[in-house]
Amino acid sequence: MPETRILTRRLREHPDDSWTIDAALADGAYQALRATLAKEPADVAEQISTAMLRGRGGAGFPTATKWSFLPEGSYPRYLVVNADEGEPSTFKDHMLLELDPHQLLEGIAISSFAIECHLAFVYVRGEFALGAERLEQAIADARDRGFLGDDIAGSGFSLDIVVHRGAGAYICGEETGLLESLEGKRGMPRIRPPFPAVEGLYAKPTVVNNVETLSAVPTIMSMGGARYAEMGVERSKGTRIFSLSGHVKRPGNYEVELGKTTFRDLIFDADLGGGVPEDRAVKFFIPGGASSQWLTGADEHLDAPLDMDYVQQTFGVMLGSGAVMVYDETVDPTLVAWRLAKFFAHESCGKCTPCREGTGWMEKVLYRISHRAGRPEDLDMLLDVGDNISPGLNAPFSQTTICPLGPSAVSAVVSLDKFFRDEVLAKCPPRIPVFAAGAGS
Amino acid sequence: MLMAFSDGNRRRAAVIIERYPRAESAILPLAHLAQDQDGYLSREAMAEIAELVGVTSAIVYGTCSFYTMFKREPVGRFVVSVCTNVTCLVLGGPELHEHLRERYGTDDDVLIEEVECLAACDGAPCMQVNYDFHLLQTPESAERVVDAYKRGELDARTVSGARVREDAS
Repeated sequence: MPETRILTRRLREHPDDSWTIDAALADGAYQALRATLAKEPADVAEQISTAMLRGRGGAGFPTATKWSFLPEGSYPRYLVVNADEGEPSTFKDHMLLELDPHQLLEGIAISSFAIECHLAFVYVRGEFALGAERLEQAIADARDRGFLGDDIAGSGFSLDIVVHRGAGAYICGEETGLLESLEGKRGMPRIRPPFPAVEGLYAKPTVVNNVETLSAVPTIMSMGGARYAEMGVERSKGTRIFSLSGHVKRPGNYEVELGKTTFRDLIFDADLGGGVPEDRAVKFFIPGGASSQWLTGADEHLDAPLDMDYVQQTFGVMLGSGAVMVYDETVDPTLVAWRLAKFFAHESCGKCTPCREGTGWMEKVLYRISHRAGRPEDLDMLLDVGDNISPGLNAPFSQTTICPLGPSAVSAVVSLDKFFRDEVLAKCPPRIPVFAAGAGS
Repeated sequence: MLMAFSDGNRRRAAVIIERYPRAESAILPLAHLAQDQDGYLSREAMAEIAELVGVTSAIVYGTCSFYTMFKREPVGRFVVSVCTNVTCLVLGGPELHEHLRERYGTDDDVLIEEVECLAACDGAPCMQVNYDFHLLQTPESAERVVDAYKRGELDARTVSGARVREDAS
């Protein structure tokens, strides 16, 4: 089952130079921008709406609807691109930045035209040194050729793009944390409302979109929203890039039609993951980045389609960032849960008490469980801590915190309880009573 | 007048500040610039950044201390970031980190860091040296990579991930 290469077509067909302006132009880059600039801004929003494009960063919010929240007549407006990819095991934006920056720039330019923005920012994860370098070069080259800057292609529309490097903080991938960071502050998320569309960067109307979302925009404009929406199912339209890693023979980024592919296809198909090394069984997999609850090697899970609504409604998990991590039968799930808790504890910004305190305790308790020093009551205690962060343990969808980081940390604990309770309890032997140990005799 | 930046970098700083509608937005890029220059982010540099963007040095310190890439002590020439997050975890990341930590633990040139997911999981276990990627590493290959940097056979970025500028005077 071959991939459906829309966003990844150029970079797969021109692996030696896809990121250069010459290769991109020879491949048709910026034609969609030229054509769009002859239209009205509202025409772009209409195509994106018809395409039913939903955000590819994790939340899956409809892009055109997000744009529509900008208050009328309020300027300046900013477009901020979230290129702070840090969700564990997600590596699609990293690839798009390094290998096809012009597709992203074209998407930014078209989207900026649509929302009447003249200054856009790309917040690039600090660790992506090469990605930031290629993006800067791409901006300089596009400006030289008249696709950025003043009066683009004679249309009267002007746009500047600033590349802003982060400095190592997962929380800046959360859109309001990102805006704080871009304003020169600690990346601590803001209470909403007001939403960024109303008061975002510098308290001005702001749209924050993910790299993959914006990279899809040029294709949608050139093929038309209706044709784009022919791909996919119901409310999951078009293609998405899934980052497949862990115990698979062919880890990598695979672009497939949403809803038409199952987890089994993604993991086992010879054109995609190619199966588990040494043909071991899948014990469990994390279907949507570290923040998602887990699924197992059971048929009903493996045969579920890659459709964000289906997996959420059926299993309460999310496709999130599109990262699928596969673990074979040799893996101790408590070790994975501990490492995830350690990640969230490290990355908690410290603003909200349930997350700041809860993630730290979850890390400590999961450490002792995974290192065979757990106590029988530990799992229930973890669930209690989790319930304080994500009421009803509906992680990561309910929260007592400002942002979803804390609830995301609860997902692994809920998954351990759901699928591996016996295995966890086996690592938490009952304590030897004092008398039985001979202390009282 | 604080003088932590070289003249060339003070001119660059002015260009960076100019890009933003508000000067405070330049705090992160200027901190990267200072780290490119000195190999770490000094108190003096943070004070000068504060002066350049018009805030107190406490605000700059407060911001910069939030971000793991900013090193507020000298760290040597090479920052080696080894991922041990959940894909690398099961494919040799912790072993890689442990080996490098033992091998270079007393080497003043090299800082071995355990880091969170670097977004290169199809190359797990992975690491970065001054923010350049090295994928599919073993303890032995990683040691060869670090040694090659130390001998100058591999061209390193600065400890903030920039390409070295010839005219950083």
